[in-house]
Amino acid sequence: MDTVHASLTTPRTPAGEHPPQDERLPAIELLGVEKLFHSHGSTTTAVGGVDLEIGEGEFFSLLGPSGCGKTTTLRMIGGFDQPTAGRILLYGQDVVGVPPNRRDVNMVFQSYALFPHLSVFENIAYGLRRKGVPSAERSRRVAQMLELVQLEAKSDQRPRELSGGQQQRVALARALVNRPRALLLDEPLAALDLKLRQAMQLELKRIQREVGITFVFVTHDQNEALTLSDRLAVMNAGQVEQAGRPREVYEHPQTRFVAGFIGTSNLLSRRVRAIDGTTAVLEAGPDERLVVPGADLAQARVGDVLDLTVRPEKISILRVPATDPSACVLRGTVTEVVYLGTATQYAVAVTASGDRTGSAGSSDLIVFRQNAADATDVAARGDDVWLSWRPEHSLALRPGPSAASGSDPAASPVQGESDGAQQR
Amino acid sequence: MNARLGARLAPYWLALPGWLWLLVFFVIPIVVMLSLSTQTGDILTGFSQTWHWQNYVNGWNEFSTEFLRSLLYGLIATVLCIGIGFPVAYWIAFYGGNHKSSLLFLLLLPFFVSFVIRTQSWNFILADDGMVLSPLKNAGLVSPEFHILSTPVAVIGGLTYNFLPFMVLPIYVALERIEPALLEASSDLYASRAASLRRVVLPLSMPGVFAGVLLTFVPASSDFVNATILGGTNTTMIGNVIQTEYFTNLDYPVAAALSFILMGGLLIGVFAYARTLGTGDILDMAAAS
Ligand SMILES: Nc1ncnc2c1ncn2[C@@H]1O[C@H](COP(=O)(O)OP(=O)(O)OP(=O)(O)O)[C@@H](O)[C@H]1O
Ligand SMILES: [Mg+2]
Repeated sequence: MDTVHASLTTPRTPAGEHPPQDERLPAIELLGVEKLFHSHGSTTTAVGGVDLEIGEGEFFSLLGPSGCGKTTTLRMIGGFDQPTAGRILLYGQDVVGVPPNRRDVNMVFQSYALFPHLSVFENIAYGLRRKGVPSAERSRRVAQMLELVQLEAKSDQRPRELSGGQQQRVALARALVNRPRALLLDEPLAALDLKLRQAMQLELKRIQREVGITFVFVTHDQNEALTLSDRLAVMNAGQVEQAGRPREVYEHPQTRFVAGFIGTSNLLSRRVRAIDGTTAVLEAGPDERLVVPGADLAQARVGDVLDLTVRPEKISILRVPATDPSACVLRGTVTEVVYLGTATQYAVAVTASGDRTGSAGSSDLIVFRQNAADATDVAARGDDVWLSWRPEHSLALRPGPSAASGSDPAASPVQGESDGAQQR
Repeated sequence: MNARLGARLAPYWLALPGWLWLLVFFVIPIVVMLSLSTQTGDILTGFSQTWHWQNYVNGWNEFSTEFLRSLLYGLIATVLCIGIGFPVAYWIAFYGGNHKSSLLFLLLLPFFVSFVIRTQSWNFILADDGMVLSPLKNAGLVSPEFHILSTPVAVIGGLTYNFLPFMVLPIYVALERIEPALLEASSDLYASRAASLRRVVLPLSMPGVFAGVLLTFVPASSDFVNATILGGTNTTMIGNVIQTEYFTNLDYPVAAALSFILMGGLLIGVFAYARTLGTGDILDMAAAS
């Protein structure tokens, strides 16, 4: 298991996608970090062996479901919890055991934790006062921050007199004014309503660009993570399943969990019928073709069951067989058509051809089709259709470090056999 | 129309028992006492209302030492209660873990014993030949004349001991309400533990200290049990004087006048304290410092 996620957490992106900052010393490094909690005689593994590298100036997100250890990881970077094992380096320096007030990182708490007895101005000035910054400079820097978060008018008010979004901005300013080398944010937008959250996301991104400080951002909202981050790590059950750029994680999920957690994902489990070099041919019906390219398949053998995923927007939905002989092709019946405005979503029941083995029925694949100017309604409910996609969009999945935990958001509902999908 | 009027009057009807209670147990006795305080006469021939305000002047002239002593003792006991009670409340609130309730119960346990018995047992402990002093005297560590009973130390000590829980409980409640994340935030913003204590914990505990001061100072200043049991002739408090005037000298008008002087003094003190240190102002002061 260790070897698996070691390779997962040092992602290799296609050359040329790295901005120059990746070459510098990482701002934050986690090496085999583990955190156990003991309470009432039982032990919880909140974080179980995490390796991460966060570059300077990066907007880095920790994404994962509730209880997966995001907050615990962040608190260990901030110094509020000490790891049970492993090392945490800030700019190459081991900081395990160093208390929060001596670490050059600041935290934005989920509850904001603004001091209720201090004005907005004094809340922001708090860190500068403790560091003994002279009063003239202090006032100037606080005023600058108030301007950055657009709260000049609220300077003398108490936190309880502010709205949620304003409190959130004070919390941000209170941390940023200290010019930390990294800012840790624990679901800072979770308490805001949707509209305000979207506005604050843009605001956060703008501020991060302006100040150029490394942001480590915890969220369980995949859209937030994908839109804001330079890079992100998907966590599950205390482990990092995959880390990389949003595009890379979205388009090349490496585990079932990641495929299911990020975006809408189609999941197929089929037996390997043949392996040809680095391409596996999977079982499929007559007129169908299912191939998976990929070097990771080296270990797969004929007869093994392989999990693969295809993103809904990569699939074409056609009334006639695809012309490209190398494409993956499946046949199915449309079970649902949902108009989404800019796109239409089709649910298509495909027959798993593993029927012989008695292991599979049929499952729905989701297909997105852009409603472009020339788009027509290709299919209606009940129509027989052909689905096709380029072989490189078939992604083989590894079970992932947490496969045993049974949390599997990717599992799509298995439906009864659909007669529309019978072969001719 | 009637229904709406009824709805608007509802709060007053609901408050009626409260008003009745105040009337019967507070307003009527106070009016009776006020009337008594300006009467003249004696217990054999009976008292009659003569609007003799001189009772107040005489009372003050005769017993001003006891008045001032009472306020001083009350003040010292209150300060000592803060000094002892704050660390206790702090420790229970922040280090009590799962045992906070048990610890509070232990703190209150001695107070299930009657006030008088509790104070009397201090008399035994501190007696000239009691369990503390006699071994010390036998060992020659203190002089044979040395005594604690009948000194201000004994009375103030007794007051401090007896009113301590009234200080600890409100401070505990205020500390308990401080969100732990605030202390983490303070530490994150470069504050040492001492700085967090001074800048966050202290200001936020002020409402509790404020309540504790009122709950301690008022009853301590008017107490008479501690001075009776632990004190001597030089530690007489105004509570003792009132008691003597009332039960021994049977001079009801003077006792009543003294009570009102004490009440007035305490009210003025409390209002002055609330004006300068009202909860809102405390927070402002903390912000400015
Ligand atoms: N102080 C603690 N004592 C015991 N267990 C803890 C403690 N803090 C966290 N845990 C456990 O560690 C695990 C991870 O918790 P953590 O708070 O890091 O999750 P999270 O990913 O931040 O979840 P959420 O999105 O709900 O905030 C959980 O199972 C939690 O119960
Ligand atoms: Mg959390």
